[in-house]
Amino acid sequence: MAGSVNQTITSPRWLLAELTYSCPLQCPYCANPIDFASIKNELGTDDWLRVLSEARAMGAVQLGFSGGEPLTRQDLPILVKHARQLGYFSNLITSGYGMTEAKIVELKEAGLDHIQVSIQSPEKTLNDELAGTESFEHKKEVAHLVKKHGYPMVLCVVVHRKNIHQIREILDMATELGADYLEVANTQYYGWAHLNRDQLLPTKEQFEEAEAITQAYKETVKGKMKIYYVIPDFYEDRPKACMNGWGTTFLTIAPDGTALPCHSARELPGLVCPNVKDMSVYDIWHHSEAFNHFRGYEWMKEPCRSCPEKAKDFGGCHCQAYLLTGDMHNTDPACSLSPDRERVYEAIFKARNDSELGNVKPLIFRNPKNSKALA
Amino acid sequence: MQWEETQKKHVILYPEGIVELNVPSTEILKLCDGAHNAEEILAELEAKFNQTGLKNDIFSFLEVAIENGWVS
Repeated sequence: MAGSVNQTITSPRWLLAELTYSCPLQCPYCANPIDFASIKNELGTDDWLRVLSEARAMGAVQLGFSGGEPLTRQDLPILVKHARQLGYFSNLITSGYGMTEAKIVELKEAGLDHIQVSIQSPEKTLNDELAGTESFEHKKEVAHLVKKHGYPMVLCVVVHRKNIHQIREILDMATELGADYLEVANTQYYGWAHLNRDQLLPTKEQFEEAEAITQAYKETVKGKMKIYYVIPDFYEDRPKACMNGWGTTFLTIAPDGTALPCHSARELPGLVCPNVKDMSVYDIWHHSEAFNHFRGYEWMKEPCRSCPEKAKDFGGCHCQAYLLTGDMHNTDPACSLSPDRERVYEAIFKARNDSELGNVKPLIFRNPKNSKALA
Repeated sequence: MQWEETQKKHVILYPEGIVELNVPSTEILKLCDGAHNAEEILAELEAKFNQTGLKNDIFSFLEVAIENGWVS
């Protein structure tokens, strides 16, 4: 089932270092695995320093420090400093929770290139409700401090049915905070978001309106703020070229050292993901079963195998194929050619139903208690 | 713009993005140093590569570069 071994393996360009699953927030669309609370044994500082060095030697150049909340790691400045010495372009992906001005200065001196702050909603009540913690005012303050200390400021807002009606306010907030980049990220339905999909997936009308507003706004801020608009592929005809192709560009290292071809891959049963405690990053990238599994086209079933578009989208997202059809080798049902396309319509129908009933289903928040109960 | 030895390419890095540059793009961006205007960049590159008719290619690349904030 493994992909062709004869094809050229490109070098990783992007390393996502998920330093920890600890997080003071409880966002119900978190991309972390449902069973995060039972995953122990965080990598120590020395292992992380080695991982950064090995991945850099292979060509990785973009580096994201993520989590959980990466600020909970006390060794963050040491890792940032090492990344700078290696020549990475490094990004801290944070909720802002626990950030202080002193820390912002310390990380700048250590060589951090930019900071991405996430805000759940431009409105305090909803922000704090979605985050499961009172954090709104502090997040705004952090956004100001990020600017004040000369970082490019990237604001990230994850969009779903609870906040999509606030899209104008989201865009205005980004302008008001002086964001250099705004990521309007429609929720991708993995991990906790998959669990809460009926409660989070917008209707097609809501999505189309939000997209139109954002695209129009993009024109008005051209040259001042760059807007990345991440589409929700449930309303598309063709799947996304997930991860720019499996094992071609992206490498994620989870808090316990598990190496993942995409950050959701550990939820794929039957995929044995290697660990940096057992193998070098080079061997993981080139020789592990998991990273070779979906390389090339050999693994494909129909309709992908004979599809002229396979070189463009690589069959879409394997995690989505698994979550919607139970088999990660199936065509991603986000493609209208998928024989399982019905699964997408069902998801849309169930979400619309919850919406029409007045959003009756309660959100399941991402916290250790729920994680343990669900595992 | 930084040289990446493993890729044997110059790259531009910015939040959420990497642009891997081919040789002509690298040559153009090297001249975006604040001392050359667009016409001078064109003249210099046509002389360097002993070619004419590069105006459209170079100017359209410069537009893309400005739009994306690679040069200001």
